[in-house]
Amino acid sequence: MIVGEQKPLEEIMNLLGDARRVLVAGCGTCVTVCFAGGEKEAAILASALRMKSKLEGRPMEVDEVTVQRQCEWEYIDPLADRLKDYDVVLSLACGIGVQAMNERFPDTITLPGLNTTFLGLPEEHGVWEERCQACGDCILGLTFGICPIARCSKQLLNGPCGGSRNGVCEVNPDIPCAWQLIWERAIRFGQIERLLEVQPPKNWSHSRDGGPRKIVREDLRLPESE
Amino acid sequence: MSEARTDGYKSGSNLEKILRAGYFAVTAEIGPPQSADPEVIRRKARLLKGVVDAANITDNQAAIVRMSSIASAVLALQEGVEPVVQMTCRDRNRLAMQSDLLGAYALGARNLLCLTGDHQSFGNHPTAKNVHDLDSIQFIRMVRDMRDEGRFQCGDEIKGLRPAFFIGAAENPFADPFDFRPYRLAKKIAAGVDFIQTQIILDIPRFREFMKRVVDMGLHEKVYILAGIGPLKSAGAARYMRDKVPGMRVRDEYVERMEAAVAGIPKEDKKGRKEAWEREGIRIAIEQIQEIREIPGVAGVHIMAIEWEEAVRPIVEGAGLLPRPVVE
Repeated sequence: MIVGEQKPLEEIMNLLGDARRVLVAGCGTCVTVCFAGGEKEAAILASALRMKSKLEGRPMEVDEVTVQRQCEWEYIDPLADRLKDYDVVLSLACGIGVQAMNERFPDTITLPGLNTTFLGLPEEHGVWEERCQACGDCILGLTFGICPIARCSKQLLNGPCGGSRNGVCEVNPDIPCAWQLIWERAIRFGQIERLLEVQPPKNWSHSRDGGPRKIVREDLRLPESE
Repeated sequence: MSEARTDGYKSGSNLEKILRAGYFAVTAEIGPPQSADPEVIRRKARLLKGVVDAANITDNQAAIVRMSSIASAVLALQEGVEPVVQMTCRDRNRLAMQSDLLGAYALGARNLLCLTGDHQSFGNHPTAKNVHDLDSIQFIRMVRDMRDEGRFQCGDEIKGLRPAFFIGAAENPFADPFDFRPYRLAKKIAAGVDFIQTQIILDIPRFREFMKRVVDMGLHEKVYILAGIGPLKSAGAARYMRDKVPGMRVRDEYVERMEAAVAGIPKEDKKGRKEAWEREGIRIAIEQIQEIREIPGVAGVHIMAIEWEEAVRPIVEGAGLLPRPVVE
C-alpha cells in the first residue's frame, strides 16, 4: 500500500496561510490503513487546526470530509457542490489524491497535509517499511522475492557492497542488508548459482525518468460515444 | 574502426607491466584536497615518487567533496607518479562515467578502480541524491567492453582511439555475507576486472581464510590481488577503525599494541606519544606485509596511509620492497 505521514502542524499552518475556511479531506484507502489520513485523522487534524488558529487569534472555520478513494473521479465528484464554501482543501490523501482533487476541481486549491513516503507494508503494529519503488521492471524473480531496488541503499544488482556487516546495512543498523536476505533465500532453496550470473545494467527507462508513466489497456477502454 | 592496442598489454600501464612481470606490486593512495590547491597533490605525489608502482587517487572518498580524481591524477602524472583513477557509481550515471573515462584516458590515465562508493549519508552532503545507475560489477563490464570490444555501454562503436584501462576493483574480505565474498570476486572477474585492491586488513587469519577460498576456486590465477595495508596512526585510530568504520574488522591485538606503544610516555608529551605511535604503526604495517606476502595468491600490497603519505616510504623500505623494479 501507499504509506504516508502527516506533515507537522506548523508546516500545515504555513501552507494554509490566510485561508479562513478550510475543508480537511481524508481518504478511506491506503492512508486510512496506515493511520495517517483517514476519517479519524481528518477529524483530529481539523480540531487541532481550529484550536491552533483560535489560539493565534485568527480562528479558521474547519470542516472535514472523508471519501473512500481520493484517487478516483467517481469518489471525489460528489464533493463538487461543497467546495465553493471553502478557501482551500487540505487533503490527507497521498500525492495522487491531492493531484486528483486539483485536476478535477481546477477552481479550488487543494494542499497536501501528508508526505507520501513509500510503497510498503506494516511490519508490525505502528511500524511500516518500504518494499517497492515501482521501478517498472520487476526483478523479484531474480532475487528470491526481495527487492534490492527498494531495500538496498545503493540499489545494487550483483550482490552486497563492502558495507554489509552482521546482516545489516552500513547506512543504519535498523536496515537489514537486502543482499544478506537474498543470499539466505538462495541458500534456503539451494540455488546460489542463480546469484552468480552478472546482471546487466538496469533499464531505468521504465522508472521515474521521463515524465509520467502511463498504461493503456485497449481491452478495458470504453467505446467512444458516437 | 576503433583502435585497440597491439603491444600485448591491456593498458600498458606501469602497474600492469609490474604485475605481468611477476613482481610483488606496491600501490598507495593520494587523497585530493577539499580545495582547489594543486600543491597538495604535488606534495603528496613527491612523497610517493619512486616508492610505489602507482598511486590511487580517491574519488570524493567518504562522500566528502574533494578535487576531482581525474584532475588530481593529471597533477600526479606531472610529478612522475602513475595514477590509479578511482571512480564511484554514486555520483555519475553511465553517460557521465563514459564521458569522464574518455577524458581521463585522453589526459594520460591508464589505471582505473571501479567502485560502488561510500553512501552519501556518511559525508558532508547527506541530503544529496545518489545515482547508482550502474553497480561496480556492471561498471567493470562497461569499461572492459569499451577497451576490448570498442563499444560504449549502449552498444555503439567507439570510432577512433579506445580508452584502454587496466581495470581494478575493490573487495572487502571482511564484510558479510562472508560466504558470498569469493563468489562476488568471481563475478568481478567474469565482468572483466584485472586487479583487486582489498579493504584494509587488520585481521590476517580471516584474510587467510578468504584467500584460501579464492585459491581453491582458482581465482588468483585470473586476477591480481593486492592486499590492503592501513598503517595505524594512534591507539584511538585503531579503536575507531575497530568500532566505527563500516565493513572493517580489527583484531584486538593491534589496538593493544598501539596502546602499549605509549606506555610510560606521559599524556602531556604529545609529540613523544605521536612519534611512538607512528613508529609502532609503521612497524606493524611492515610485519603485516611480510606475513601477507607469504599467503598464496597475493600479488602485491595497496598501502592506504590516509592523510599520512609520509609513512609509505618507510613501510615500503622496511618491507624490503625498494627500489621498485622497472619494466620496459
